[in-house]
Amino acid sequence: MSGHAIPDTLLDVQALDKRFGGLHVTRNVSFQLRAGDRLALIGPNGAGKTTLVNQISGVLEPSAGQIWLRGADVTRTSQAQRVRAGLARTFQITTLAPHFAVQRQIELALFEREGLTGRLWRSIDGYPALQAEAQDILARFGLQAHAATATQDLAYGEQRLIEMALALALRPKVLLLDEPMAGVPKGDGARLLAALDALPGDLAVLIIEHDMDLVFRFANRIVVLAEGAVLADGSPDEIRRDPRVRAAYLGA
Amino acid sequence: MNHPTMTHPVQAAVAVAMPLQPAQSAPRCAPPWRAPLLLLVAGLAACAAFPDQLGLITRIFITGLFVLSLDLVVGVAGLATLGHAALFGLGAYAAGIFALHAHADPLLGLGVGIVAGALTALVSGAFLLRYQGFTFLMLTVAVSQIVLSLVQKARNWTGGDDGLSGFAMAPLLGRFAFDLEGKVAAVYSLVVLVLLFYVAQRIVQSPFGLAVRGIHENRARMAALGTPVFRRLWLLYTVAGALAGAAGALSAQTNAVVGTDSLSFALSAEALVMLILGGAGQLTGALVGATVFTLLHHTAASINPYHWLFVVGGLLMLVVLVPPAKAWAWLRQRAGGVR
Amino acid sequence: MNTLFNILIDGLAYGMVLFVIAVGLSVTLGLMRFVNLSHGAFAMVGGYCAAWLTREAQWSFWLAVPVAIAATALLGAVLEALVLRHLYRRKELDQVLFTIGLSFVLIAATNAIAGPQVQLIVLPPLLAGSVDLGFRTLPAQRLLVIGAGLAVAAAAAWTVTRTRFGVWLRAAVDHSGTASTLGIPIRTVQCASFAAGAALAGFGGILGAELMPLEPYYALKYLVLVLVVVAVGGMGSIAGSLAAAVLLGTIETASRYLASEWGSLFFFVAMAVLLAWRPNGLLKR
Repeated sequence: MSGHAIPDTLLDVQALDKRFGGLHVTRNVSFQLRAGDRLALIGPNGAGKTTLVNQISGVLEPSAGQIWLRGADVTRTSQAQRVRAGLARTFQITTLAPHFAVQRQIELALFEREGLTGRLWRSIDGYPALQAEAQDILARFGLQAHAATATQDLAYGEQRLIEMALALALRPKVLLLDEPMAGVPKGDGARLLAALDALPGDLAVLIIEHDMDLVFRFANRIVVLAEGAVLADGSPDEIRRDPRVRAAYLGA
Repeated sequence: MNHPTMTHPVQAAVAVAMPLQPAQSAPRCAPPWRAPLLLLVAGLAACAAFPDQLGLITRIFITGLFVLSLDLVVGVAGLATLGHAALFGLGAYAAGIFALHAHADPLLGLGVGIVAGALTALVSGAFLLRYQGFTFLMLTVAVSQIVLSLVQKARNWTGGDDGLSGFAMAPLLGRFAFDLEGKVAAVYSLVVLVLLFYVAQRIVQSPFGLAVRGIHENRARMAALGTPVFRRLWLLYTVAGALAGAAGALSAQTNAVVGTDSLSFALSAEALVMLILGGAGQLTGALVGATVFTLLHHTAASINPYHWLFVVGGLLMLVVLVPPAKAWAWLRQRAGGVR
Repeated sequence: MNTLFNILIDGLAYGMVLFVIAVGLSVTLGLMRFVNLSHGAFAMVGGYCAAWLTREAQWSFWLAVPVAIAATALLGAVLEALVLRHLYRRKELDQVLFTIGLSFVLIAATNAIAGPQVQLIVLPPLLAGSVDLGFRTLPAQRLLVIGAGLAVAAAAAWTVTRTRFGVWLRAAVDHSGTASTLGIPIRTVQCASFAAGAALAGFGGILGAELMPLEPYYALKYLVLVLVVVAVGGMGSIAGSLAAAVLLGTIETASRYLASEWGSLFFFVAMAVLLAWRPNGLLKR
């Protein structure tokens, strides 16, 4: 198969297909992500964008096709195995431990990254390096004033920031962002946008977004999904000029 | 190792977006030995203050350990189970059979009970933990009823419905014989409870414990962080089984008898009620609930056994309608405390 | 051959009793997601009412039974409207605790009112005898139970699929949020189905009084069996409850006849296997 032979291809999705009974939600989708890619996945509601991301991250099993992550076939592996292979994702609906203090939630991600959650004896307060890194991450996202606040008590925009902070804390090679700005009022999104801008240069990022300003500002590639199939795949300029895309999605 | 590209640009952008806010102090766990030490002191004081009630006090210690082990599964891991008695009962039977046929040393028997509880949890957990919610709950009932049926069938080993008896424990540590007043039994049970309480505290405060609590609060989030969810829950369930087995062994040794009621659905349900009553998830709530419930049962047992159900039934309904946390807060306000 | 026939008849009858008691709980669990562990108490109340009416008040069986069922329905409706509906939003463990407490209180009340002895329902002469089917004779009581169970299943199926209430019920079970915005009177549906479930439980308590004796601890003693039927059949599935009840009832009866020293082992093994195979219910995937 093509794609995964090229050394810097981090994610290779090949002929991915998914059916739910009679519903054909993913139709023969293929694309690759290389280091430094900023790929925006756009399309009308119901096009199957989140379903596609769920298959890539391991929440759903595809009916057919393959997923290659950094040269290894991960199609039948669990979510946890893909995370250890360098994949991380955020959720469209904020998915946090509601009663955990913010710093603890971040620390948990770090413990997991370092493979320490199998340790039963030393207290979580006994890992000063990880605690310092957690506080550092909080500071980078401007959340240091909420270290001991329960995640469910934070403003929605700040919860979205934690979503992203958790994914980045795992130091992934491939990052899947499912509508990171979803539900965040226009004015509150500054920190999120700043975080997006500051993502590591060698990270491969796939972002699902509806905000076209953000898409054209952030992405260096766009894949348009309609009714589960890839309608177009190219640079922002190519997509902007593509008549099929304009007809199906962008409007006039 | 830090990503060099992340530090400056984000901080600069953030500084523009909002003024620098002072850091909130980090969350910290309470010292894990504090509550067990308090328990030890309180337990010894109770033994000294009520020397003619040592049988009841010992029962409270053992029940407390059992409900503590249940709290790990229900309160910490979030897995509601109605089959926990199987782990307790098999620990009891294992310790009793060991004393009867092999060796009457209490500490060895305690070890056997712990292993029996852990093994049962390991084997049953491999099957049970593939399921969640109501299905998991009902399957725990099935497993414990199956265990009960097997124990009833294996009359030659367990005595069947008549129970297992006829074994006498050797002196503890070779020196302290189990006396008729129950002094040795009470202190033995208390020390085992305190030590295992400490172990449970450390486990809950460890990275493993944090991960299990994370699984309880949001399984999807943990999977997305790379946690092997099944393996973590399996280990937690096995540890809880070990503690339940210890409680069962203590029960067998201090009573010198094991009955099929130690495997009953009623015991599992009662333990769950005690746990919810005292507050699940904090470990100390398990001990509070076990103490309150056992004392209530004991005081009311002398009266008509049905009327005791009025009391406890009313209490349960009251506790749900007016949660203890709110009641404590209300009391504090009335007493003039700070809001 | 004789034994096989007895097993089938007794198993079917036992299964029907379990079904009639369990179907209300299945609907309540599936509809309101409300864990009502006091459901067994309704079966007990129905049986006790029928026992008192036939024995003390000397009413005819055929009059006492509908009245007992109606009384149970009323109790269910009142409890739901006044107390239980405030718990729908609470955590499941809170619902468990509360309804167990309620069961305790009902057990204690039953004992205070009627004492701890087993209550007997006086059967009319018609039911006390046997019916000759030509190739076999059957106890008339068994025939009644099986017939009643089938009638309940048919009536429940008809209500759910053919009446407006049934449409409302299905909408409320599948999409409770949307259902209320469509103008479906959710509170009425909830209270009515809860009362109906209680009534059916009461009916089941009457039908099963021979197999499951009526005494104050009845409320909790048979709760596990009812929960098993609901779990295996699938929450909210009437057909599933019927299939699970009949299947498990027959297995339990067979094991009592053929392997009684093994206790309820086969019942629970069958239950575990079925539930592990179909976690969402026998008839759902």
